[in-house]
Amino acid sequence: MSAKLPAAPPLERQAPPLGGFNLTFLSIEIRRLLRNRRTVMVTLVVPVVLFLLFKANRRAGALEGVGFTAAATMIGIAVYGAMLAATSGGAMVSIERAQGWSRQLRLTPLRPAAYIAIKILVAMLLGLTSVTVVYLFGAIDGVQMAASTWVLTGLLAWAASLVFASFGLFMGYLLPSENVMQIISPVLGVFSLLGGLFIPIVLLPSVMQDIAPFVPTYGVASIARYPLVGGAFDPTWLLSVVVWTAAFAAAAMILFRRDTRRT
Amino acid sequence: MRAVDGIDLHLELGEIAALLGPNGAGKTTTIDMILGLGRPDRGTVSVLGMAPSEAVSRGLVSAVMQTGGLLKDLTVRETVRLTASLYADPRPIDEVLDRAGIPHLANRLVGKCSGGEQQRLRFALALLPDPALMALDEPTAGMDVEGRRDFWSAIRRDAERGRTVLFATHYLEEADAYADRIILLRQGRIVADGTAAEVRNLSSGRSVRASLAEADRATLASLPGVRSVEIRGDRVLIQTMDSDAVAHYLFTSTAARDVEIVAHNLEDAFLALTSDEPSSDPLIRATEGSAA
Repeated sequence: MSAKLPAAPPLERQAPPLGGFNLTFLSIEIRRLLRNRRTVMVTLVVPVVLFLLFKANRRAGALEGVGFTAAATMIGIAVYGAMLAATSGGAMVSIERAQGWSRQLRLTPLRPAAYIAIKILVAMLLGLTSVTVVYLFGAIDGVQMAASTWVLTGLLAWAASLVFASFGLFMGYLLPSENVMQIISPVLGVFSLLGGLFIPIVLLPSVMQDIAPFVPTYGVASIARYPLVGGAFDPTWLLSVVVWTAAFAAAAMILFRRDTRRT
Repeated sequence: MRAVDGIDLHLELGEIAALLGPNGAGKTTTIDMILGLGRPDRGTVSVLGMAPSEAVSRGLVSAVMQTGGLLKDLTVRETVRLTASLYADPRPIDEVLDRAGIPHLANRLVGKCSGGEQQRLRFALALLPDPALMALDEPTAGMDVEGRRDFWSAIRRDAERGRTVLFATHYLEEADAYADRIILLRQGRIVADGTAAEVRNLSSGRSVRASLAEADRATLASLPGVRSVEIRGDRVLIQTMDSDAVAHYLFTSTAARDVEIVAHNLEDAFLALTSDEPSSDPLIRATEGSAA
């Protein structure tokens, strides 16, 4: 036995800083996301297609009458893009769960909060890309806004991705599916319609108008358009954003804890 | 359900220990608790004097699990790089790829690797923190013979540097060939704990077989050390602690032919100690049953 007497174990070793959060992890996660062509296509191409579609619609003159300008449409589509991108980014956890990667990560020093932070960051980066692409198309297409309005509405539309990154995480932990986005897409469609992303809420049937303030897109879209539209700022918009983000994040945390507890 | 019950396990530094037992004996549950993936209902688990999760986060304990998945859309190197970034002070990436025997796979997508190659990647990941204790749960399940041999030679080479290794298996040969110590589990309890030779001796003694017409059961049974006598036509099978005495009797006092003396192997010990029979000595009980 003397041949393999080991040294004392290195007990002075420490856990990594920030619970394992680091830029290498972040960059590999981004690379993974880009490798998933389907996600990239959907989140970048769909908003552009919508943009062109609504442009044709506008030319027919249906929306200008209710003050729904090209810029308002563009902001709505940017919010939609941010929502789609961030939800897909968050929902990637469902694939990781299905492949057992979450369990593999539990054998490392990575803390759950650091993992969630990375996921949200990646989802929001994808959301930012989506907003940028929509705005680029808008600019090429001749949408007119003050420079500060471009920046402000863009940032606010992007902020929408925080709500939906949490939503995506929640869905990712809720649905044990590799095709989670196919299940979520119709839900996002309903959110878009009721939140007035594409069509002004005043044109919806009155029942839908009554429901509209309670969907997660409503506050986000209203805030994103505020620098453009002006007028009175309704504090319930902000309430909507805060409540929905907190609700989705809390639900995701609860499911995450349930997930990591093994029976 | 109680998967493990009152397991008290002390591992020595630098030891390779096997948790051996049939499916459902509590091997995975035990390893999960060592890694902090599961918590005991009562009692405590301490690894290197600290809570399991603390030992894991300091990189003192790592594991190769049966079920831990890998991301199919990352390359082997990316997987190692990502995991390395989670440790405070990891070993170099090329070093662990080398030691796991997969430097040639570095740029392959994980989804394109075979089961054995993925298992060696998990082993590479487990090497990253240079842990004092490495736990392996059924590490070679589903591997072919060659993959299994390559895997174990990589582990063996690594363990020679003084790492403590604990692996769960239901392959007897694996426990016998690679472990310094075997911990035999049955229904969540440790039923044997020692070197392979010591565990083998627990179902002690030898079997003596011979061809012998009209064997005298009473005389055979009265020989020193004999634990059971089974007679099937012209064949007799004697379980004994003293095979020499039986052989002497057979050769000098009977017309016995074709005498065989067989030492019990680990498999006999395994079957005897892990069978669900509540008897303290199921080997003998089974023999009496078939003789009747």
